[in-house]
Amino acid sequence: MRISSFLYSVRQGLKNIRRNLLFSLASVGTIVSCLFLFGIFYCIIVNFRSAMNDLKNTVTISVFFNEGISDENINLIGEQIRLRDEVNTMDFISAEEAWDSYARKKYADNYDEAMASFAGDNPLKNSASYKITMKDLSNQAEFVNYLKSLDGVRKVKTSEVTADGIQALSSVVGYASIGIIAILLLVSIFLINNTITIGITVRKEEIAIMKLIGATNFFVRAPFIVEGIVIGLVGSLIPLALVWLLYDHVVSYVVGRFNVISNNFAFVPIKEMFSVLIPISAAIGIGLGLIGSILTTRKHLKV
Amino acid sequence: MIYLEHVKYKYPGGKKYALNDVNIKIEPGEFVFIVGSSGSGKTSLIKLLLKEMEPTSGNIKVAGVDYGKLKRRNIPKLRRRIGVVFQNFRLLKDRTIYENVAFAQRVVETPSRFIRRQVPAMLTLVGLADKYKSYPKQLSGGEQQRVALARALVNKPELLLADEPTGNLDPKNSWEIMRLLEDINRKGTTVVVVTHNREIVNMMQKRVITLKKGEIISDEQKGGYIDED
Repeated sequence: MRISSFLYSVRQGLKNIRRNLLFSLASVGTIVSCLFLFGIFYCIIVNFRSAMNDLKNTVTISVFFNEGISDENINLIGEQIRLRDEVNTMDFISAEEAWDSYARKKYADNYDEAMASFAGDNPLKNSASYKITMKDLSNQAEFVNYLKSLDGVRKVKTSEVTADGIQALSSVVGYASIGIIAILLLVSIFLINNTITIGITVRKEEIAIMKLIGATNFFVRAPFIVEGIVIGLVGSLIPLALVWLLYDHVVSYVVGRFNVISNNFAFVPIKEMFSVLIPISAAIGIGLGLIGSILTTRKHLKV
Repeated sequence: MIYLEHVKYKYPGGKKYALNDVNIKIEPGEFVFIVGSSGSGKTSLIKLLLKEMEPTSGNIKVAGVDYGKLKRRNIPKLRRRIGVVFQNFRLLKDRTIYENVAFAQRVVETPSRFIRRQVPAMLTLVGLADKYKSYPKQLSGGEQQRVALARALVNKPELLLADEPTGNLDPKNSWEIMRLLEDINRKGTTVVVVTHNREIVNMMQKRVITLKKGEIISDEQKGGYIDED
């Protein structure tokens, strides 16, 4: 296609939008609401996932060893565990560290005094352990069984209820979001379809003349495809701006107002969030416009 | 230029043939009238020549293109070789005269620099150079038909099909259009005019093919309008 023809198609596409302004606005409005909700869900899901990851790292598995086990055997067990795919992080907590950490919590006010009173005696001398976090909590039960089967392992401590709960909640939120967004996407395609159909009806005579003069199929369809793309693009930019403003305000408000949340949970930074959301939203918007216009021109413009 | 062999056409659901065993051969550079009353098959013939419809049976060849073998994607290429004008002009009302003629070149992707040169030349040919900024509704019927003619000719077609080009015009304007068509024909374009304007057909003394109920009842060189009854 020549540049002049391309520009001509773009001009005609924009003209179509102006001619059917009301329907074009309705289509843009639907895409805006669809992508606005998508943006909101996306922000919630991303933050939820981030919280989930933070939580996953707090859901630890502690592996304790048989009394009197040698350091060499502890290292051996550690090497075996480290080879497993399920392991995300693994730290060795020596008996001294375990006691020190416990004492700091228990005797926070008179730590030095308390330590002196034990005179180097470690009440938790058999409490050396490996603290493990997993990449995927769904395999926890199986992994724990493996750990228990290892020679020299006395006890494995887990928090299985938490792990299952997080997993279930994450799935429910994910599926619900996909369902709602899918419905909205279908509604958007339907409305774009209507808008373009009206555009085609309005330009019926022009299209008929174009065909008789010898315009190619692509040339006849191009303005309508441009129309769809522009509607999709505008429909994706508006919600991006809205979600940006909303996210910025909500995060500042929550962080400033609720210390409990801000102390325990870090929101995903806005730039990090939008570096993914912008291309996804734009692609969905343009994609919707493109699919809607191609479907309609195929149906109504048998050239 | 045009070659129809045993062409039959029946509208979907129709009982009778709109065209029944039509055989026509028109040589390049000819000027031919196709006449007949309404329902004689004139419009069906034009639609078949423009490849808007497929014949029920028979062969059609235009400008060396065998319609039976023509692929759908090549139809636009064929139509670029055929200019067409209609009784109701079919101009775009929201565009100026210049834009209407330029439109024909835009859709076949002619570079802008050629459009800027060829459109004024074509408007001069049809005597409307000074009205290039006007809109169709500001022109008389005859002027509008001349714009339609300019649009049909701007891509330099080998064949010009005119479907009742004087149907909506008064005698004076009708003669102006016919003179233009004659000029165009003299310059080498094959012209086929579908009409039921008896006076013009009789005066111009061109080849006349008469259709009646879908069949050719007469084909005469330098013929006149034949009453079907």
